[in-house]
Amino acid sequence: MSQDGAPTLSRRHFLQAGGLVAVGAHLPGPGVARAAAQTGQGPLRLGFQVHRTGIGAVYGRWYERTTMAAVKLINEKGGIGGRPVEIVAEDDGTDPKRGAEVVEKLAVQHKVDLIFGTLFSHVVIASAPRAGELKIPYIVVSEGYHVASGRLNRYVFQPGITDVRAQVTAVAPWILKNLGKKVTLIFPDYAFGHDHRDFFSRVATAQGGTIRALIPIPPTETSFTKYFPRVPADTEVLYHVMVGPGVLTFVKEMGEHFGARRPQIFGFIDSLEGVDLASPGLEFLEGTYFWEAFPRYAAATMPPHVRFYRERVGVNDNGASVNDPRDVSTFSHMFGCWETLFIIKRAVEQSGYKKPGAAGYRAFIETLEGFQSFPEGTEHPQGPKKFVGRLHQVFGRQVVSKVEKRRLTVIHRTAIEDSMYAPEADYTKQPL
Amino acid sequence: MTLGLHLGVLALLGGLQLVLPPFHHGMLARIMVLAAYAAGYNLLLGYAGLMSLGHAMFFAAGMYGTGLTIHYLGVGVITGFLLGVVAGLAVAAAVGLITLRTAGPAFLIVTMMLAQAFYLATLYFNEITGGDQGFILSGLHLDLAGRRLPLADPAVKYNVALVVFAACLLLNFWIVRSPAGRILLALRENEERTRLLGYNTPRYRLFAVTVSGLVAAVAGSAYTLLFSYVGSTFAGILYSIYPLLWALLGGAGTILGPLVGTLVMTYLVDVASSLTTGYLIVVGATLVVTILWVPAGIVGGIRARWAPWLP
Repeated sequence: MSQDGAPTLSRRHFLQAGGLVAVGAHLPGPGVARAAAQTGQGPLRLGFQVHRTGIGAVYGRWYERTTMAAVKLINEKGGIGGRPVEIVAEDDGTDPKRGAEVVEKLAVQHKVDLIFGTLFSHVVIASAPRAGELKIPYIVVSEGYHVASGRLNRYVFQPGITDVRAQVTAVAPWILKNLGKKVTLIFPDYAFGHDHRDFFSRVATAQGGTIRALIPIPPTETSFTKYFPRVPADTEVLYHVMVGPGVLTFVKEMGEHFGARRPQIFGFIDSLEGVDLASPGLEFLEGTYFWEAFPRYAAATMPPHVRFYRERVGVNDNGASVNDPRDVSTFSHMFGCWETLFIIKRAVEQSGYKKPGAAGYRAFIETLEGFQSFPEGTEHPQGPKKFVGRLHQVFGRQVVSKVEKRRLTVIHRTAIEDSMYAPEADYTKQPL
Repeated sequence: MTLGLHLGVLALLGGLQLVLPPFHHGMLARIMVLAAYAAGYNLLLGYAGLMSLGHAMFFAAGMYGTGLTIHYLGVGVITGFLLGVVAGLAVAAAVGLITLRTAGPAFLIVTMMLAQAFYLATLYFNEITGGDQGFILSGLHLDLAGRRLPLADPAVKYNVALVVFAACLLLNFWIVRSPAGRILLALRENEERTRLLGYNTPRYRLFAVTVSGLVAAVAGSAYTLLFSYVGSTFAGILYSIYPLLWALLGGAGTILGPLVGTLVMTYLVDVASSLTTGYLIVVGATLVVTILWVPAGIVGGIRARWAPWLP
């Protein structure tokens, strides 16, 4: 300070400031990291399209936790191809318009190497064309049939989670054999419900079952009492796939309608992902059955790699956060992020991918299309998988669990082959 | 002078494509299409004084009219675009007739209910529309003067968006300065007085709703062609609220307000969502501050303080 109080710059301050500038210039800021990645030397930058807000926020939260846990593990083990992995996350608001913008932002502005992680079907379908136009691999964890249906393009893959058609195909024979052949379906009257309606009906009728009634529920419905009387009296199995905030009401009113004289009930855990089975109002589910991809509740017999996965992600024995037991995970979906990241690691390392560009992406895509199986273990804790390159879709084992004492107990695991269906697409014929 | 200003803005938008980095180039193409949608909305809200909460049905009518005909009938891009516009025009005219006797909150509620019915219809006819998942239009080309222009090409996308926006902006400009536009303003200020002066107010209301819906359908049709997607989300209530917010932020009742509002809001969401999951709070706070400090919106505020000649 000068004597009159005005700030002045002494020689000491000047040298200190100069030193800070010099040090700062050598620190790798985001721009430096991006530039280094572009030369294939710096971190491998993975764009993560995440539903942090909007209807998919619960899934997005757990997808992000699982992703960060997997990346931490990968980096502890030396990264991918010797390069550390950096996640560049962007929220798409679970909105298809914003989803396409996020793909563009990740690819063009952040200049990431690959994009992955999208869940909700409408966001995937709206974003996929932009990924195809930008010619950047877009690896979704969506569960939808849209990838295997051939509706998307050669840059879109789903190697980390099975699709709804495979899930239904795998469990339908078990339902018919063990619960009954006369089935009534209650489903939301939009695409997710229609997938169940169509695929289950097809498999069930082909295997000697009878669809007694199809009961669609409009998406704006808040009370379900008027739908239950439409369930035929001779129904042996009630198959439900309701999702969204109305699920608790749906279960409560289903219990009030059927009471103790109910048919066998089979549902998909999608209805109750992120929801505690011990929640008030879900008592009626005791003794009913659910499809799960990956058992939410820990069992004494679970293999070490499953225990390891749960510990690394931070999930307790009830499938909730270790930090907050009320924060229940989306356990049957989020493993897809973990497995997808290890598949990316394998594809990058085997293809010799170094940096964004036609040559690197061609090698990455052709390598990924050439994969046939993924063994069960730390990298694939949900179980072994078969990958069909022409469909860009993975197939795996499915689980049937029973609600016992307000927990899900595994009572059946399907084989991978049970879920496989005749391919209807071949992406490998599309040009890159 | 005013026409020169608006042509200058269009020239600026045309010139920006030469200097913008790729990401912002793509963003601006999207913003121009959505600004065209907001411009259509603004014609109704800002000039005729009718607040709609059902404009997504017009946008989606254009989108489905174009998307379904290309997808199922295999028509070309220009034919598909025209069919989308016709679909939007038909829906807008029908809504205009139905809502003739409503005003104020009743108009808002009726348009919202009709739009909700439209949205649910897109879900109900899932087999055709693809429902909530929607469907993709890929490999679209614009055949123009013997040249085959892929709509996926960034330059083609940008310039098609610019042409669409320019057409909507100039249409608004022409209507607002025409005798019909003056009567719309009179309707906004005092419908009863306008009627007593001898004007057929229901006819002008129908005109306002139809043209506003038509412009929204043009934007919806262009959006589906340029961004290759058709889905029921765009018929949802949120997409009826967006143009309201864009018009209010930019300045309802100004020609350039919808462009400014859409631009500011889109970049605000883009930047804020990178920083916080509470980005909607940032958006909401911005709107509240705007309403408190500049009730007429950004361009409206500029007009009030410095440029009273702005239309």
